[in-house]
Amino acid sequence: MAIQILMPALSPTMEEGTLAKWLVKEGDTVESGDILCEIETDKATMEFEAVDEGVIGKILIAEGTENVAVNTAIAVLLEDGEDASAADSATAAPAPASAPAEQAETVPAKALTPVDVPMEDIPEGTTFTKTTVREALRDAMAEEMRSNEKVFLMGEEVGQYQGAYKVSQGLLDEFGEKRVIDTPITEHGFTGLAVGAAFGGLRPIVEFMTFNFAMQAMDHIINSAAKTLYMSGGQMGCPIVFRGTNGAASRVGAQHSQCYAAWYAQIPGLKVVMPYSAADAKGLLKSAIRDPNPVIFLENEMVYGTSFDVPDLDDFTVPIGKAKIWRAGEDVTLVSFGIGMKYALEAADKLATEGISAEVVDLRSLRPIDYDTLINSVKKTNRCVTIEEGFPVASIGNHLSAVIMERAFDYLDAPVINCTGKDVPMPYAANLEKLALVTTDEVIAAVKQVTYR
Amino acid sequence: MAAKKQARKTNTSGEELLEHYKNMLMIRRFEEKAGQLYGMGVIGGFCHLYIGQEAVVVGLEAAAKEGDSRLTSYRDHAHMLACGMDPKGVMAELTGREGGYSRGKGGSMHMFSTEKKFYGGHGIVAAQVPIGAGLAFAEKYNGTDNVSFTYFGDGAANQGQVYEAFNMASLWKLPVIFVIENNQYAMGTSLQRASSSPELHTRGTAFMIESEAVDGMDVLAVKEAGVRAVAHCRAGKGPYILGIKTYRYRGHSMSDPAKYRTREEVQKMKDERDPIDHVREMLEQGKHATTEELKAIDKQIKKTVSEAADFAQTSPEPSLDELYTDILR
Repeated sequence: MAIQILMPALSPTMEEGTLAKWLVKEGDTVESGDILCEIETDKATMEFEAVDEGVIGKILIAEGTENVAVNTAIAVLLEDGEDASAADSATAAPAPASAPAEQAETVPAKALTPVDVPMEDIPEGTTFTKTTVREALRDAMAEEMRSNEKVFLMGEEVGQYQGAYKVSQGLLDEFGEKRVIDTPITEHGFTGLAVGAAFGGLRPIVEFMTFNFAMQAMDHIINSAAKTLYMSGGQMGCPIVFRGTNGAASRVGAQHSQCYAAWYAQIPGLKVVMPYSAADAKGLLKSAIRDPNPVIFLENEMVYGTSFDVPDLDDFTVPIGKAKIWRAGEDVTLVSFGIGMKYALEAADKLATEGISAEVVDLRSLRPIDYDTLINSVKKTNRCVTIEEGFPVASIGNHLSAVIMERAFDYLDAPVINCTGKDVPMPYAANLEKLALVTTDEVIAAVKQVTYR
Repeated sequence: MAAKKQARKTNTSGEELLEHYKNMLMIRRFEEKAGQLYGMGVIGGFCHLYIGQEAVVVGLEAAAKEGDSRLTSYRDHAHMLACGMDPKGVMAELTGREGGYSRGKGGSMHMFSTEKKFYGGHGIVAAQVPIGAGLAFAEKYNGTDNVSFTYFGDGAANQGQVYEAFNMASLWKLPVIFVIENNQYAMGTSLQRASSSPELHTRGTAFMIESEAVDGMDVLAVKEAGVRAVAHCRAGKGPYILGIKTYRYRGHSMSDPAKYRTREEVQKMKDERDPIDHVREMLEQGKHATTEELKAIDKQIKKTVSEAADFAQTSPEPSLDELYTDILR
């Protein structure tokens, strides 16, 4: 029977890609292992091989086609003896199971624009360009590297490979090997080295391929970078940015799926930011690079490919330590940061259809935290649900609950609920992983609990 | 008793020998005073003395030039004095006073001077090693010919991050001199009990780093090796390792059980290999200084140390609002 050849996924988080080039044509005989075509995403290029032998009966997706969803049939392979008509019946067969990545679905466009709340510090009449978080981060680094020659980027695969997640794409070409430095796989060593370079007057940006690997470098981040200004009585500090992906990606297991927000937020001497949108990613990264202190910049692979409006300004920065109200509301405050904002905004949308008006606060910075914005919101709504992907014990939400209790106890009409990831190492199995992460439905359930609906 | 090692014959000028003598004696007297103040409860916490090891840092500082940087572990008082930092500021930091280099907020192990390019004082064993390579990285990035003197002990030499730093320093040809101050005991664990290979200077062989073994009780030998290392680094040939064998007379810190080595072993080193006695003999044999002149030097140094101790006890404690300053810039 004719076999459908499906669009492959190049990574666990890939949803779609470009079918760049066919290397076979209809009627060609192929053997297992022959290269059929080239698939590209914004992250990677892959040669796609045949896994069966046969004759290419029909090419269903022309080369150059963009946005081909994973698992779409792209060609039909005929087995020995079949003729072209078999190809037609194969394509008429029921469509294959849809892409599994529910969590990779893009955030609805309407949720990306704050409701009734203007974006801060952006002059009227400013135009915007749809930009992915990945590109926004790259643009921020490029702009700061252009304006300050002491700024350099180092990390694993940031140069020739163009970034393990393609965040540093193009930087090696523009700035050369002196300023875009591929390191050996030695987090402990290169983090210490970068701290020394900062002591010596440079402005390093250290990319951790993921923050899971920064565990190896924890001593230098905490003991060497964060504490030196204090230990030197203010004589010398450590201007450095540690950035990279943080939190769960998709199906990468326990050692590669952990949110470190609460860990770093505890350390005096660090600044910690965790943006959600592309504009915040760009504006906050530019601020982080200029900051004279060590800044932990937590990104998330799941939103790298998501597009947001980024203002077309020559020098757009977002101050560290300022929260943003994404949508105004009356009945409950949803407070989150990073990818948690996706669930907060989705929940707010759904709750709106049920007549519950949620105010959504994006902390953006976790050290310092903009308590005033949160407290003012809670004083207005009298209810609060916190949302984050990290572990529940000693979470950011726990801390916010304590602060709300201290500063707004008399305003509360219900206990604060913390929606978090579950208290388990991240499982690999798709169903269990889904269960371990915080979900939009859990946020909605929490809101109903605090609003007694 | 074994014969004392003969003072070496040398062409070194009397002037230079005298300089080494003063610098080493200053460290010894300072450390003795610190020990006393600790015993009186004026200095708290940890206090790691350098007595016995003076020739290492004095010899290497004699090979350095203005612009070079240095950093070391928690046994750091001597490195600060040797690079020209003010004994008053160092001692006042030991007593946790406002006049200390870190205004009382760092302590014995955490002092810095951007002016003298002394980058600490590091309390985590071996953490200073990649940082020292990073200082060298900055010098190379900025196109200077300055080098980074990165000191660490025989205990630190077994830490993994040392080899990560060796690899990158060699790969990127960084101007860093890795100075292994092998005082033969990592706290109470002897080199033989902790290290599979006793020749620590060979530890960079796998990374193609040039190195040499140095007698750390002989200040002239240390300086000569330092001059070679510095020339190598300034010429852009990458890092250099000096495996310097020395000996610490006192305990690891002030509370040391002294059970891991014999009293006789320590006494033998003091009697036969003392680095300061060695230079004094060269000065006397070469007729570079009279006994009276040496006494006058000793007196002057005691006065400087005593003034530092007075300052360290009269300088006020930091103001209470200092608790919340210097966390962020």
